[in-house]
This record gives sequence, C-alpha cells and structure tokens, in this order.
Amino acid sequence: MVGYWSCRLLNVSLIQARSVWLKRHAVLTAGATFILVCVGGLVTSHGAGMSVPDWPYSCGYNMFFFPVSKWVGGVFFEHTHRLAASLVGFLTAVLALWLFGWKSRVLLRWIGGVFMAAGAALAVLHPAHFAECALLIGIGAAGFAAGFYWPKCEPSPKWLRVLGLAAFAAVVAQGVLGGLRVTEMKDELGIFHAALAQLFFLLVCSIAMFQTDFWRSLPVAAETDRHHIRLWFTAATGLVLAQLIVGATMRHQHAGLAIPDFPAAYGRAWPDTSPDAIARYNENRLEVLAYNPITAAQVDLQMAHRILAMLVFAAVAFCAVRARRFLGAGHGLTRVSRAWFGLVAAQVLLGAATIWTGKSADVATAHVACGALCLAAGGLGSLTAFRLLGKPAAQARLAESMGPLQRDGQTA
Amino acid sequence: MKKIALSLSVVVLAGSLQSAPAADVAGKVTVKGTPPPEKVIAYDDTCSKLHPTVPKTRHWVVGRDNGLANVFVYISKGLEGKTFTPATTVVEFDQAGCNFNPYVFGVMVGQPVRIRNSDPIMHNIHGLPKADGNSEFNFAEPSQGDINDTKWVESIKKPEVMVKLKCDVHQWMFAYAGVQAHPYFAVTDADGKYKIANVPAGKYTLTAYHLKAHGAKPGETREITVGDSPVTVDFTVQVPAPQ
Repeated sequence: MVGYWSCRLLNVSLIQARSVWLKRHAVLTAGATFILVCVGGLVTSHGAGMSVPDWPYSCGYNMFFFPVSKWVGGVFFEHTHRLAASLVGFLTAVLALWLFGWKSRVLLRWIGGVFMAAGAALAVLHPAHFAECALLIGIGAAGFAAGFYWPKCEPSPKWLRVLGLAAFAAVVAQGVLGGLRVTEMKDELGIFHAALAQLFFLLVCSIAMFQTDFWRSLPVAAETDRHHIRLWFTAATGLVLAQLIVGATMRHQHAGLAIPDFPAAYGRAWPDTSPDAIARYNENRLEVLAYNPITAAQVDLQMAHRILAMLVFAAVAFCAVRARRFLGAGHGLTRVSRAWFGLVAAQVLLGAATIWTGKSADVATAHVACGALCLAAGGLGSLTAFRLLGKPAAQARLAESMGPLQRDGQTA
Repeated sequence: MKKIALSLSVVVLAGSLQSAPAADVAGKVTVKGTPPPEKVIAYDDTCSKLHPTVPKTRHWVVGRDNGLANVFVYISKGLEGKTFTPATTVVEFDQAGCNFNPYVFGVMVGQPVRIRNSDPIMHNIHGLPKADGNSEFNFAEPSQGDINDTKWVESIKKPEVMVKLKCDVHQWMFAYAGVQAHPYFAVTDADGKYKIANVPAGKYTLTAYHLKAHGAKPGETREITVGDSPVTVDFTVQVPAPQ
C-alpha cells in the first residue's frame, strides 16, 4: 500500500507546470482557507455560532444582501464567516474545475445554463425572491461566459483531479454542516465542522504543494527509509489531528475554561472531579459570559488535551531529532521538522496563554490557527518524507508495472 | 323546620366552597457570608452608548439587611395530582441597555411570555431548557420594538428550574426562568423579600433556589403548613467557601 501511494506521488514529479496561474490560484485557495479557519475560530471564541439563527438566510435576508448596519456583536463574526466560507467555496470550485483543464469548458456552459434557467424559473414562480433570482442568473451567466474563456490546458492527472473533487465535496459538506449546526442547534455538529475544517485546510495545502516547483524539483525515493522517518512523521501528524479533534470538542462545550489554571489544575497535579468538587467549581466561578456549567467530563477532556499536548510535543521533537541524526542538519526534511517543532512549541505557549488570559478570544483563536498550521506542517512534511524516502527496489517494480505514460505523468 | 335546616345547610356549604382556606406565604431570603464582588462587563462601543452605568454581573445581588435578590421560591411538593389553569397575565421579558430584564423570573407552564427588544440594535433570544418535553429555541429580534408572544409557549411545556436564556450576539446577556405547573412561586426582590399569594391550605415543601448558591443542588427546603392565616418563612443562603 505504501509503495503504491509512493508511486502515485512519483507521477507528480514528472508533471510539467500546466499553468503558473493554476499554482497561484491553488496557493490563494489555501491562504483563503487559513483565513477562513481563523474567522471560524473567532466565531466560537466569541460564542457567536448561534447569533444568526437561520440558514442559508441571515435573519431573513439573502446572506449576500444582509445590511451592514446589522453586523453587530457576534453577528459580525458569524456573518463574515459565512461570507468568507462562500468565497472559499468559490475558489475551491474554480480550483477543481481548473484541474480538469479544457474538459471544464463544456461543463461550465452546462452548469451556467442550468443556473440561469433555475433563476428564470424562480423569477416566474416566486417573483418576491428577487435577490435569489438575480444571484442565480448572475452566477449562471458568469459560469456560461467562463465556459468560453476557460484555460485550454491539459487536465491534471486523474488522482489530482480526484483530490480537487474531494476538496469541492468537502467544502460543500462544510457549508451544510455549518448550516445544520445552526438550524438543528446541535453542538455536536459544530465539533465535526471544526474537525473537517482542519482536514480541508490540509487537503488544499497539499493540492497547492503539488503545483509548486519545490515539489517537482524534489528527487523521488532518492534515499532508503532505514530509520522509519516516514512512519514517525505520519504518526506524529496523526497525534496532531487527534489533538485538534479533542480541542474542537472542548471548545464546543461552550463552558469556558473547565480548568482555570495552568500548569496546575485547580491547584493540583490532577483535579478532583467528584460531584462535590464540580459543584464547588461552579459555585465559585463568576462567569461574565453565558457559559454552560462545568462538568466532570469537561475537566477530564481538558486533562486529556494537556496530556496529548505533551505527547505531540515529544513526538514532533523526536521527528526533528531523528531527521537531524539520520538525514543531516541541512536536509530538507530536517528543516521541515525543525519548523514543525517551532510551530508546536508556539502552540503549547498559546495553549497556556489561553488559560492565563482567561480564554481571551484573540489568544484562543490564535491557538486554533496555530493548530491548523501544525497539522499542515505535519501533513506536508509526511508527504515530502514519502516522496524523498522509499525502498528503491519496490519503487522500480511498481513503476515498471504502471507503464510509460503514467511514469511520464501524462494523463492516460 | 326541616326545610329551614336544609336551607341553612345549603348556605353553610355554599359559603365554605366559596372561601376555601388559603393564605399568603411570605418571607425574606438573606445571605450569610460575604459574596464575591460582581465583575464588570466589557460592553462593546454600541452597547456602551445604550447603558448609562457601568454594567456588572448579577450573580449575588444583596440589598438591605443582607436581603438576597433573584432567589426563586416555589412550592416543590404538596400539589401533586392537582391541575391549574395557566395564568393569562403576560410576563414581560425585555432586552434593554444590552441586558436581559428581569434576570430571574417565574412563569407558569402555558403562561404567555412577551419577549421584546427595546434596543435599537439586534439581539437574539436563545432558550436552553434541559427538561424532557421542553425544546431549545433560537430566534432573532433585529429591530427596536420587535415582539414575540408565541415562541416561549410553543417551546416550554414542562416545569423546569431553571431555563437559561442567552443572547449569542452579546454573550454577556443571560437570564433564567423558573417554570412551574402551578402559580405558587415568587422571585425575591432587591431586598430579598417574596410573597406567594393565596396558597390553599395544606402541607407543602417550600424551596428557595439561588443559582450560584445551589447550582446543581435542589435548593433550601422548608416543610410548611398553610391554614387561613399568613405564613412567614425565611431562608438563609450561605455563600460558598472560596476555593
């Protein structure tokens, strides 16, 4: 399995640059996604997730025509999050279509035509929904026109197109998850929404990396992975992902700080979570914001987050040490692992600062953003490790079995 | 003679049915110990203009002679098996000066609650009941003067102590409602005083519940007997020891 995916990655190195603008667009999409993650973090940090009670409308308005005068308090964060998400959705759709090259021209004309027809039908059946009609017709016209001017480049390899489609599906799923979280009033959906956001960010970063000269210039399977560098990078990245999921679960309890001190926990190494102790914590907490009461499960969750943080720190440090020892201080992977370790160290400090500042919204959001960067660094580092390191004998056998066209990276 | 006796019996019986024994239950809730000081709320610029004084939390509102406000006092036992027609008096719940008023209120199941926005900015009202049969709700009141008379009754159908309400637009806004199936409840005023009027004669358990003092616990209870004269029941709430 590992060898198979290594050879898929091999193909990427042989792809000629389709378009410098495709690369730039992919990087733009990744950058916009990072901003979206930050804005989404602000929504939860400010407890504003439910401040706009309806979806896809915003307080009865079409979200693109929601008056600016009503963007007050938490509505400002939630509504800008929805607008930013729409932009990322658009950028991701463009990316997915661009990866299909000239094949998207016909598809765009069809989609544009369908949208315009839908807008016209809505105008006839429900003339009161003028804003929606105008949007559908406008989007349809733009898509239809784009179908004539779309780049005539060759489509990307199939697996890259699949990644593009997966990214589009993920961003649509994110939109629906976010909307359902509001309409169904389910905190659990918020946890899925937060976790998928991190994975989506990693996915678009990966697609962007595959378009870069950096990736194409990397030698393929130039060294044998005698010291399981790939395994350690992947395992540490998995730990980072687990930590992000635990963090998302904590944040969507909407209970503020379950443990208000650090590194102690209610003044002890391990907090008392008996019913009397939990009652005491709640009695003594004078919340300024509308937090839910603290529960024993939330205290346990925060302790799990702290322990997992130590494991992540150790795992990433181990990766950096191992890379330096067996690959050398100047090796690309060693540099990546050093940067990754720096991010994780910053993340630990931000986590402590979140507690010391009483869960200041800006610090908590920076903690979320740094977490996304930690996952991206680990994921991209793992992909790089799989590209650079391998078992040459197995690589050659698999490349032979795949045939000349696929070795050259051309579409079949 | 027999006719006179019969007539007298009817009169006495009619009189007793019209004036079944009932009395007021009143008293005071005082706080023992020194409550922690309230925290200042950091309003945003828009809300600062709407609130003339420095806004603070309302966890421990203590009045004259250590009277504790916002204690929900209600009959918790003794009315089983009895049904009561929901009161028709509308309970006013307002958003003014970027805060909910009142902070704690009592309401019967089925009694109308008018939720009003008196501020010139948007608020939302997010109800978070926990009891089975009560439904979470969330709706916006974007404009000054917006009123909703139906959402509360549609969503809250079972007794619950306490239903939390909050505004997600302004996270410092939260309030609580004590919901009962009967009308025998009250919320202490600024000086800690309460009165529950016309409690039918009988034996009851009276409970006083304060959000910070009691939290997940049921509250302080007293066994009372109500006859045809007023009953005075005082409570003392202990400030929790600091950690």
